[in-house]
Amino acid sequence: MAGLATTFGSGAMTNAINEIEDAEVILVIGSNTTEAHPQIARRMLDAVDKGAKLIVIDPRRTRLAECATLHLALKSGTDIPLLNAMMRVILDESLADHLFIDMRTENFAALRAMLYRLDLAEVEKITGVPLSDIRRAAQFYARARRAVICYCLGITQHICGTANVQSIANLAMLTGHVEKEFTGVDPLRGQNNVQGACDMGALPNMFPSYQAVDNGDYREKFERVWQTRLPATPGLSLLDMTHGGPGGPIRAMFVMGENPLRSDPSLTKVEETLAGLEFLAVSDLFLTETAALAHVVFPAASFAEKSGTFTNTERRVQLVRQAIPPLGDCRTDADIIIALSNRMGYAMAYESTAEIMEEIALLAPIYAGIRHDRLQNSWGLQWPCWNTTHPGTPFLHKYYFTRGKGHFVPNDHVVPAELPCQDFPFLFNSGRIYHHYHTGTMTRQSALLNRECGEALLLIHPDDAARLKVRTGDRLCMASRRGAVEIKAEITDQVAVGSVYTNFHFGETPINRLTIAAQDPVAQCPEFKVCAVRLEKL
Amino acid sequence: MRHVLTTCVYCGCGCGVYLREENGRVTGASPSRNHPVSRGNLCVKGWHLHDFIHSPNRLTSPLMRKNGELVAVSWDEALDFTAQELTRIGVTTSQQGIGVLSSAKCTNEENFLLQKFTRAILKTNNIDHCARL
Repeated sequence: MAGLATTFGSGAMTNAINEIEDAEVILVIGSNTTEAHPQIARRMLDAVDKGAKLIVIDPRRTRLAECATLHLALKSGTDIPLLNAMMRVILDESLADHLFIDMRTENFAALRAMLYRLDLAEVEKITGVPLSDIRRAAQFYARARRAVICYCLGITQHICGTANVQSIANLAMLTGHVEKEFTGVDPLRGQNNVQGACDMGALPNMFPSYQAVDNGDYREKFERVWQTRLPATPGLSLLDMTHGGPGGPIRAMFVMGENPLRSDPSLTKVEETLAGLEFLAVSDLFLTETAALAHVVFPAASFAEKSGTFTNTERRVQLVRQAIPPLGDCRTDADIIIALSNRMGYAMAYESTAEIMEEIALLAPIYAGIRHDRLQNSWGLQWPCWNTTHPGTPFLHKYYFTRGKGHFVPNDHVVPAELPCQDFPFLFNSGRIYHHYHTGTMTRQSALLNRECGEALLLIHPDDAARLKVRTGDRLCMASRRGAVEIKAEITDQVAVGSVYTNFHFGETPINRLTIAAQDPVAQCPEFKVCAVRLEKL
Repeated sequence: MRHVLTTCVYCGCGCGVYLREENGRVTGASPSRNHPVSRGNLCVKGWHLHDFIHSPNRLTSPLMRKNGELVAVSWDEALDFTAQELTRIGVTTSQQGIGVLSSAKCTNEENFLLQKFTRAILKTNNIDHCARL
């Protein structure tokens, strides 16, 4: 998000999901789309059926890569040199859109200077991708009239995540693939309402609608509506809170519907931090690993038991409608917050969730025209929606970028925080699978989903398996500098020699004990996608 | 039997889905045919969207830790104790010792209220969620 904010001015998908199926070239980088975003993968495959070229950049041969025109199996963490090399090819072959660059962007000279310093033979060595493939990918992308780039956590979950995203934005601006329908840069947001939670200001430095908390004008507006003084300094980010240790700055926490004890990196540290708190309150549907450590646990109502809105990855704000009353003694999270607020001397009274949306519309300009009754008889509204007659915005940055001119930010290769070495010879990567969702709190309750996929499997290349004398189904001990888990092996050449991969949904195989808490300095996204491990057969 | 149109809670695609409600229970999920994202399709998670709602593992009453064990208590007791602890620790740490995690699973309205609660009542900007995970 920070990467697109510095280049385009807005950290969201620039297209609508349905535009993808009419693109001529789709470049997918760091996204396992068929597993994590099935409906978007469907659009990509529909586009391929209509003759589009699909380029997949991923260290693994994912299912989508098997359907691709071109699969660039780069080494993990070498996205920047690969993208830079594509841009260099585009310059060398005069495929850049100079009219777009002149009229709509700034700082191109700095990017050009960096690209001309680039040694393409060196890039081939760093990335492990043949230069001929890089050249073909660059030609496909640059020559297309309608080209879309989709990226996901494979790009952002690196210590250079922001620089990765900026490099993608550079590539799109260099070729003018931004301002049109069926053309753009699309970060795929992982969770159902991660876009909405960001829009609503569940961030340490932003009020709703990305209004900075340290900006006096914005703060004054919120103070006037809420009738109270508000803190001016940005707060601590998630990892600063959960990795502070027992002597850290945080003494008490309130956690609503999250399970940091499975989702965060370097879990042992998270466990120490949470166990050392003076007070921990958790609101959740289930007694999660995090809730089991709490002093107070609130039973929350599920989405079927409440009303409100979610905002999907294409910025579409949609209604959640109540189907049944809250089960047992459960209450909605909104009711819990209101009850606590009233007990702590600040009265909150809302007749309905529709009334909460009216307050959001008052304070968040991108939601200014959104009301529950407008969503009732439509398929939602895509923000920005500036007033109650505005139809919403399917694609962003038409005629001008949110920040005015698009800004090129040149970046050099950043070596991952921890690479394999003699003691920890394998590169470990993790991600999502089709049948389960995040820490499995909800999907692991389903007998059918568990039958389809009931445990974590470690994907390992046949050559590595032969050296370790491991067969599919054998149990392995996998250890990093931070922790160890026991896991079952599956032999497949979808992964490269020297790399292993698994999923993080399974509470009984908490692989985030192994992952590293090194993070991107700007976006503070942890480097889940690269760390070093060793394997022993049990 | 009713079919209630709502939005799927799994990934960021945001499919339109009908929940089948029978005698106060959600017994099935099916895709909306006209919704621009789902267009009559769901993934395997979406077709089983209702499975977790009536799971016997659902929490149904507030819990509080007493002598090391989590035991069922009334809402008033759980809310009073939480309000009291958050107030106390807020005072002893000059408002900087409280952290709040919001959720990409919850609604916009709930996220809005929780950041308002954090900023206006707890007087801190220590609020975040798992956007990056």
